Amino acid sequence: MAWFKRSKIGINTATENKKEAPDGLWKKCPSCKKPLLNSEQIENQYVCQYCNYHLRIGSAEYFSILFDNNSFKELFPNLTSGDPLNFEDTKKYTDRLEESYLKTGLKDAIRCGYGKIQGEDIVIACMDFAFIGGSMGSVVGEKIARSIDYCLEHKLPFLLISKSGGARMMEAAFSLMQMAKTSAKLALLSKAKIPYISYLTDPTTGGVTASYAMLGDINISEPGALIGFAGPRVIKETIKKDLPKGFQTAEFVLEHGFLDFIEDRRNMKNKIASFIRIVK
Amino acid sequence: METTFDFEKPIEDLLVQLEKVKQVAEKTKVDMSATVRELEAELEKTRNKVYTNLTGWQNVQMSRHPDRPQTLDYISLICEDFIELHGDRTVKDDKAIIGGFATIGGVSVMVIGHQKGKNTKERQFRNFGMANPEGYRKALRLMKLAEKFNKPVVTFIDTMGAYPGIEAEERGQGEAIARNLLEMSVLEVPIICVIIGEGASGGALGIGIGDKVYMLEHTWYSVISPESCSSILWRSWDYKEKAAECLKLTSENMFANGLIDGIIREPLGGAHQNPEETANTIKNQLLEDIAALRLKTTESLIAERIDKFCKMGVVVEG
Repeated sequence: MAWFKRSKIGINTATENKKEAPDGLWKKCPSCKKPLLNSEQIENQYVCQYCNYHLRIGSAEYFSILFDNNSFKELFPNLTSGDPLNFEDTKKYTDRLEESYLKTGLKDAIRCGYGKIQGEDIVIACMDFAFIGGSMGSVVGEKIARSIDYCLEHKLPFLLISKSGGARMMEAAFSLMQMAKTSAKLALLSKAKIPYISYLTDPTTGGVTASYAMLGDINISEPGALIGFAGPRVIKETIKKDLPKGFQTAEFVLEHGFLDFIEDRRNMKNKIASFIRIVK
Repeated sequence: METTFDFEKPIEDLLVQLEKVKQVAEKTKVDMSATVRELEAELEKTRNKVYTNLTGWQNVQMSRHPDRPQTLDYISLICEDFIELHGDRTVKDDKAIIGGFATIGGVSVMVIGHQKGKNTKERQFRNFGMANPEGYRKALRLMKLAEKFNKPVVTFIDTMGAYPGIEAEERGQGEAIARNLLEMSVLEVPIICVIIGEGASGGALGIGIGDKVYMLEHTWYSVISPESCSSILWRSWDYKEKAAECLKLTSENMFANGLIDGIIREPLGGAHQNPEETANTIKNQLLEDIAALRLKTTESLIAERIDKFCKMGVVVEG
């Protein structure tokens, strides 16, 4: 005998009576699975109001959170990738780029802007994970290098928000050399005694961790962000053991001494502005 | 037993044939010298053909030849003396990266390099040339020592990559490599880097920022190994040959793309065929460069080094 009795057989809501929610009004929190309204997300700076999960966001959102009144001048906006190696795996690199332009409306995996943060002048470069996994190719390296030149020329502090799976394989050794290029430029910035803040967000791995992301005067992060050099899967395959809980989280990296602090995204602007005021 | 690769089969076949002919001649006392000469000429031609047209993957195989000379071989062949120095002064001594003061042709230098090891026991001891953070920090400590005493730095690169392990992450593998990139780009003494085997990604670059960066002819240098590239982009390990082609990781490709300063030629058939000759070619190149780099002021040395790396990359101005 059934526990519950179906009073009507079949679903009999007429098509015209079905209530459809329009797309894009809300998003499910990846952590606690509760629905987050778009308006709530903006208000909460894309942090889940139920579980404090920090949603992955792009340069547009970070700029709106950090720059005063979301006002900034975008620097070097028109640089795009070449295809020096005529790279083709399952797809041509040029096709992959075209797709990413269409899908994201971005030109590459980083955007740079000059503006103010609580009245303090600053240059912010922010990576976009949506563009080929935030991978670092020539454009990312070049934009960072030029941003640093801009900071050197105008004596401006530099904030770099990393969010990347690492090097862009489709640019092979060209991509590798961006690590050298950005690190060399940061050495010059450091010699000029200009503050450099590295803001590592979920996820920051590979060649990005092994270059500019770890070279900040201060390295800072958000709760729960994945930060590491080798990806967890690679490590697991190499050592043939399960990884400890919390391995490669921002908290783990802080504990081992490679981050200065972890801050809730909603308070990050305050903290960054204070730091700049103190050291300038 | 000597290791031979698939592509060396034609050479192998000819060698076998030659040996047979010689044996027959010995046994039957028939004059076969014409055939022998013919075969030897053919062998020479085949050798040239095989070794001068290696594909990307074949170069990768050559770079991993078990008899290929490693850093310690080159040190003993090139240097008149060598004082090995150990430890990063913080955690431990990494066996995958070795280093110390040495003299090359009467010139004092700091030599640093990956050491992979030659047999199973050695390889385990050296962690297959895959360094932990303390390896990179030892390298940096030694470079700073070289700077203090105004001695040029020579690095030998031969690694499958920086070690991906739990402890490596705990001790900041990323930070260790990043710090080296930054410090090496402003080190006040000449730096010459030679890729003598495998040059995989950040693990190689971590001791690879130089005024002059060379690759031995049959080595590879890229952002990822062809195997890992295959597994990531094709989701299978079967495309390593194709990945090796796509990555343009040979010395010829890298030089053509302006990502290295030169290629150091190897004896026909690879460095392992004649380690002394290879070492000698390296030695001459090092001495020539050290003499030339010594003439530059510290400021221009550093400025040119930074400038060289900053020019790398292909972007389209919109």
